[in-house]
Amino acid sequence: MTMKQSTSAAPLAVGLTAVAAVAAYFWAFLSVESNVAVLGLLALAALAAIFSRKIAPSLDRAMDEHDCVMHGAILAALLVLIALFAEDHFPLLMFSTTLLYMTAALGLNIQFGYAGIVNFAGAAFFGIGSYTSAVLTAQGLVPPILILVLGGIIAAAIGFVLILPVLRTRGHYSAVVTIAFSVLFVSFLQVNDVLGGPQGLSVGAMSLLGWDFGTGPTLFGVETSFYVNYALASVALAALAFTFTRRLERSWLGLSLDAVRLDETASACCGIGIRRAKVLAFGFGNLLIGLAGALFGMMIGYIAPTSFTFSDSLLMVAIVLLGGMGSLWGTALAAAIVVLLPEKLQVLQEYRFLLFSVMVIAMLLFRPQGLLPRGVRRFVPGWRPAE
Amino acid sequence: MDIGLLGQYLVNGIMLGTMYALVAVGFTLFFGVLDIIKFSHGDVLMLGAFIGFSAYLGLSALGVSNPWVLVVCLTVIAVAATAALGALIARTLILKLKSAPPLNTLLITLMLGIAIRESVRLFFPDGSNPKMFPPLLPSSAMEIGHFTLRADSVILVAVGLILIIGLNLVVNRTRLGLAIRAVAQDAETARLMGINYTMIVLVTFAIGSGTAAIAGIMNGLYYNEINFGMGLLLGLIGFSAAIIGGLGSLYGAILGGFLFAALQTIGAVALPFASAYKDVFAFAVVIALMAWKPTGLIAERSSDRV
Repeated sequence: MTMKQSTSAAPLAVGLTAVAAVAAYFWAFLSVESNVAVLGLLALAALAAIFSRKIAPSLDRAMDEHDCVMHGAILAALLVLIALFAEDHFPLLMFSTTLLYMTAALGLNIQFGYAGIVNFAGAAFFGIGSYTSAVLTAQGLVPPILILVLGGIIAAAIGFVLILPVLRTRGHYSAVVTIAFSVLFVSFLQVNDVLGGPQGLSVGAMSLLGWDFGTGPTLFGVETSFYVNYALASVALAALAFTFTRRLERSWLGLSLDAVRLDETASACCGIGIRRAKVLAFGFGNLLIGLAGALFGMMIGYIAPTSFTFSDSLLMVAIVLLGGMGSLWGTALAAAIVVLLPEKLQVLQEYRFLLFSVMVIAMLLFRPQGLLPRGVRRFVPGWRPAE
Repeated sequence: MDIGLLGQYLVNGIMLGTMYALVAVGFTLFFGVLDIIKFSHGDVLMLGAFIGFSAYLGLSALGVSNPWVLVVCLTVIAVAATAALGALIARTLILKLKSAPPLNTLLITLMLGIAIRESVRLFFPDGSNPKMFPPLLPSSAMEIGHFTLRADSVILVAVGLILIIGLNLVVNRTRLGLAIRAVAQDAETARLMGINYTMIVLVTFAIGSGTAAIAGIMNGLYYNEINFGMGLLLGLIGFSAAIIGGLGSLYGAILGGFLFAALQTIGAVALPFASAYKDVFAFAVVIALMAWKPTGLIAERSSDRV
């Protein structure tokens, strides 16, 4: 024990340096303008990826032994990034979008990565959240913070309509259920006049106890962008989602979800309620996706059915897959890649679906476990014997 | 309702059903031999239609003007090209992932579908706009009251039905079909019997993709328009049709195709809400059917392997 104590300062130093380096990298990535600079930074990332193998063990130990300090440092780094971009709209929008996509992908991760339920309607549940906030902010009866929660709850509730076919079908047959739902959702929005039809709806701004998110706060005499509010809210939501997902993974619920994914028959024999586990994972996943969608709707202020198509659902699945099934930090990294890369390389904007499809194909062929694969689960992850 | 109008809907439904069944047959063939879903099928169909369209442009530039010659030539070219592409996809992507989890194969073909779709949109000249597909079949029509029977629909339905029956005969009556069925039942044993496994898989993928090209050209000739996104919905419908029929069964695919067309037609005609909701209705029924019969109407015969 004492040996471990004395050497554990080094991993922490490595960990904190890594957090600072990644934060600095994102600051550079979000602020550079020219294509050459972006490509240069990408090359740097590739080099860093090779180098990171060397420090990976210390990093793992840092995350393991000093998780509170490390998580605090990451949170602080996110806040510093917001402060640095306080006056610029675009980087903050990108920043918040990444975090919200990450939250949604965490929800998908619970379904795909933990319970092994396929869900090809991620964008549809995201859309349900956005449309909920659009309809409810227009009415103005419900306070916006509750709208956010309701967005998640309604997404989960609509998801439960699908629960019977999802539970009864397996493999390819279950894929068709969510795919059919995804198509159904978009064609329904296209023709439904109450929900704005193909033109979509505008969404009111978020506000919290009289704090209006539509105008930028003036801090220390500096007029900031109104996206600062949303960036802060996104950090809060993403951190909450991350913590919940981590807790879920660690708990006995997560243990039974993992068991159900790996072998349904065996886990049923061990007394795990398969239906219960799947209902829980599907519901909780959709809840997270809906929450992220609701805040996303309020942030961009205007939503249309074309943002929630089957292709967008596939993009979310691509995030989960690129990051590595069930790997939370992998999801965060992949969300950043999938959201930021096409926005920064404007040349790529047109080609983004092609680019990501080819990327995922290559990934599946050569590195099916993802960028940051989730290791074999320990019985209780992150468990340390008492000192 | 007027009997003529009813007949009209029936004919349209049969036309759609034939097209859907052709797509669904492809899904079921692939599933039969390799137990996988090749989701790029719809986009291969779209590519087939675009290759046919390019062949038409090329042949017209060469001075061929007889519509029958044109339609036969462009079909042959499109079928040959997509069959080759299908075999290539099987060789490079699908056989490589044979031992991976089924989800990975589904995903890789989904992504391949996007790649094909986006490539056509980005790299085909003016690919993001719909293309006018030439009306090559005779458009003379027979009219009885509200009922119009167009010669081109009759030809298309006839060709489609002959193709489905032909495929069925190939699978059930020929040596090739015997080999395909043997691989579908048990690849290992089929190999021991001296069947060239890889060859059979490639041939099956070629046949399925060729069928998709014909469905694509039929679609183009019927609607006189093709666009880069047409494959997505047709592929989804074909997939749903194959699933509600029961994967791995040719009859199930045909049943599913016609059932889906019937649902769409009923959704457009007979239900009280606007006809724009026909896809919503059809897909909602698909979800309900999956809840009722989780392995399709004609269920797979194999039991669960534990």
